[in-house]
Amino acid sequence: MTATTPFLSVRDLYVRFATEDGTVKAVDGLSFELERGRTLGIVGESGSGKSVTNLAVLGLHDPRTTEIEGEILLDGQELTGAPESALEKVRGHKAAMIFQDSLTALSPYYTVGRQIAEPFRKHTGATRREARLRAVEMLKRVGIPNPALRVDDYPHQFSGGMRQRAMIAMALVCDPQLLIADEPTTALDVTVQAQILDLLKDLQQQTGSAIILITHDLGVVAHTVDELLVMYAGRAVERGTVREVLGAPRHPYTWGLLGSMPRLTSDVEEPLSPIPGAPPSLLAPPPGCPFHPRCASVAAVGGDRCRTERPELPAGRGAACHLTPERQRAIFAGQIKPRLR
Amino acid sequence: MSDKVSLPAPREAAPDGARGEPLLVAEGLTKHFPITGGFPVKRRIGAVQAVDGLDLTVRAGESFGLVGESGCGKSTTGRLLTRLLEPTAGRIVYRGRDITHAGRRELAPFRAEIQMIFQDPYASLNPRHTVGKIVSGPMEINGIDPPGGREARVRELLETVGLSPEHYNRFPHEFSGGQRQRIGVARALALEPKLIVADEPVSALDVSIQAQVVNLLRDVQRELGIAFVFIAHDLAVVRHFSQRVAVMYLGKIVEVGDRDDIYRRPRHPYTHALLSAVPEAADLMDTPAGGDGSARASRERIRLAGDVPSPIRPPSGCRFRTRCWKAREECATEEPPLLRAEGSGPGHLSACHFPEPPTVERTTEVILDPALRAAEGHTESQPPNHAQ
Ligand SMILES: Nc1ncnc2c1ncn2[C@@H]1O[C@H](COP(=O)(O)OP(=O)(O)O)[C@@H](O)[C@H]1O
Ligand SMILES: Nc1ncnc2c1ncn2[C@@H]1O[C@H](COP(=O)(O)OP(=O)(O)O)[C@@H](O)[C@H]1O
Ligand code: SF4
Ligand SMILES: [Mg+2]
Ligand SMILES: [Mg+2]
Repeated sequence: MTATTPFLSVRDLYVRFATEDGTVKAVDGLSFELERGRTLGIVGESGSGKSVTNLAVLGLHDPRTTEIEGEILLDGQELTGAPESALEKVRGHKAAMIFQDSLTALSPYYTVGRQIAEPFRKHTGATRREARLRAVEMLKRVGIPNPALRVDDYPHQFSGGMRQRAMIAMALVCDPQLLIADEPTTALDVTVQAQILDLLKDLQQQTGSAIILITHDLGVVAHTVDELLVMYAGRAVERGTVREVLGAPRHPYTWGLLGSMPRLTSDVEEPLSPIPGAPPSLLAPPPGCPFHPRCASVAAVGGDRCRTERPELPAGRGAACHLTPERQRAIFAGQIKPRLR
Repeated sequence: MSDKVSLPAPREAAPDGARGEPLLVAEGLTKHFPITGGFPVKRRIGAVQAVDGLDLTVRAGESFGLVGESGCGKSTTGRLLTRLLEPTAGRIVYRGRDITHAGRRELAPFRAEIQMIFQDPYASLNPRHTVGKIVSGPMEINGIDPPGGREARVRELLETVGLSPEHYNRFPHEFSGGQRQRIGVARALALEPKLIVADEPVSALDVSIQAQVVNLLRDVQRELGIAFVFIAHDLAVVRHFSQRVAVMYLGKIVEVGDRDDIYRRPRHPYTHALLSAVPEAADLMDTPAGGDGSARASRERIRLAGDVPSPIRPPSGCRFRTRCWKAREECATEEPPLLRAEGSGPGHLSACHFPEPPTVERTTEVILDPALRAAEGHTESQPPNHAQ
């Protein structure tokens, strides 16, 4: 890391929702950074706060029910508490998002071409003709065959994979420097998922944008991201390059995720090694380490520390766990890794 | 909730249920859903060829996996096998008896023996019934009174699936997704079935919970000797669970064989493409941190173009040909039969005119995706004879 400010910097982010049952602590003190041309993966099971985090970055939460604290600096501009007019300028132009469900993200009433062209006209002041040409070009770039014809189709005339491509075209039309992809392939079949992930990587190489890829699937991040953040119960529990985190994971939760997933080459005679129990309620997260009720290493830490004292995530490579880095490495190498074959 | 599975002693192996004997045989199994249209008189204007001429055999006590992408007919197959759907054509033989068109009465003796587990643990349990009522439902319907009474049996079953007997009087909404799926498993076990058809039983669950339920199902399958048809789109989960596996594409079985036949020695190009598309965290797990970036060097890289075509007008000949890099004229005119390719072992069948060599390693990439070809600077030309 250099001393200059990173392209995107999120510091001590808290997002809380007021609900009938109480306050949901959806994001509970999260920090990360991202540079241009790099891809950050955010993994975690459902409800861990991945989407809420990124909606906060784009200022998409309802301010009446949402309390947001912390610092979100995009290219030097503070986004927390920024007026809606400023956020609107950021969205679409500087930062754009693609969602899991292309059917709800695309309007059924307008042609695909028009939905790609509109934000382009709005942000660049291009003419209709120019914007249409741009839409055709974008469709071509995302691999839609016969783009000059398909530009006049409605979303329902596209297959699921093509709609996802169209949504990527829409997000990229203004050359955003930050692209947030929230489970972009979760609804797709595996052969189409592979196409879309490759496409995102290639587009990034051409444009040099920063990408945040959110997914619950550790396999998806393996070939797509540079850095990885593992989230649990609204907190980041492990961070590192994707090679570091998947090659030598340090947090017991990451061990649990890897042990839960069968592999195409694993020993089929061995049962999987699941994490016991279920994720906690975010209305009343457990004290101490939020993972302690499911963690097998509480005794290895000893005493009451896991139950009473919250472990912090160090800057750079590391895990939010009371085990020392040496213990983390030793337990992984000695007990966890042999089970993952 | 305990994570241990305590299993009751396996019951006496029935003479007609010995492991390895054919339990359920399907021949030419077909389901076409008619599409109607027209006004004022509705007419049949076409059909969704959801399942088209399946041959498969499930042996007693074995776990048989069914994989394929969405819409290829897995669920329809599951519903045909359990006779929740009426086949359009073909035959289903269960324990030597033809049950293809058996009515309610004729099916009654088998209803108990064939059970189903569904994907959605929320939708498949009646929210107004207690767990006790849900799990004892099949006993009630079939008028079965186990020796110690139904309630005792339910409590025993709850323990088997890793729930507490005290959950008897609770309602489904008090349970998490994983626990609900356990309730579904307990219900399926209530009548000591010989065959369970499980349709995406873990797909809706988070990974950490998914593993708990997969382990439970495996224990149940192995220790109670129940045959499973395990339907899922996740190739690694199916591999972990199934001794034999069938790969489906657009309503057909394109390849079937033992686990290793499919995962290590596949012959059908579609099976190769599917396996190569699976993103695996494991590819980085074995390389040292900061390694040379050669992860997946030994795995194939095949990128198909486009999506699966519509089952209303499936391609002629081989249904995979529109996305296949090996397709030639013959593939459009002649449907490849499902048979043992030269070099394949017994019981390993594939349906391809030009089968691939039996390995999942290859030196050349296959990339049909237009955007990728452009981006990666490949020449514009399509692969030879690529029929679109
Ligand atoms: N608008 C909201 N009001 C109340 N709770 C919410 C709201 N949005 C999300 N949550 C809760 O915040 C938590 C994190 O959600 P989310 O970020 O969507 O998780 P994921 O990691 O699956 O994307 C969940 O418990 C979710 O129920
Ligand atoms: N009741 C139905 N009526 C019409 N089409 C159906 C019906 N059920 C399934 N289909 C169609 O049959 C095909 C196979 O579906 P399905 O068996 O659910 O596939 P899978 O379970 O492999 O995703 C799909 O094209 C689906 O849309
Ligand atoms: S801090 Fe304790 S409870 Fe939390 S992950 Fe580390 S060992 Fe487990
Ligand atoms: Mg989400
Ligand atoms: Mg299905």
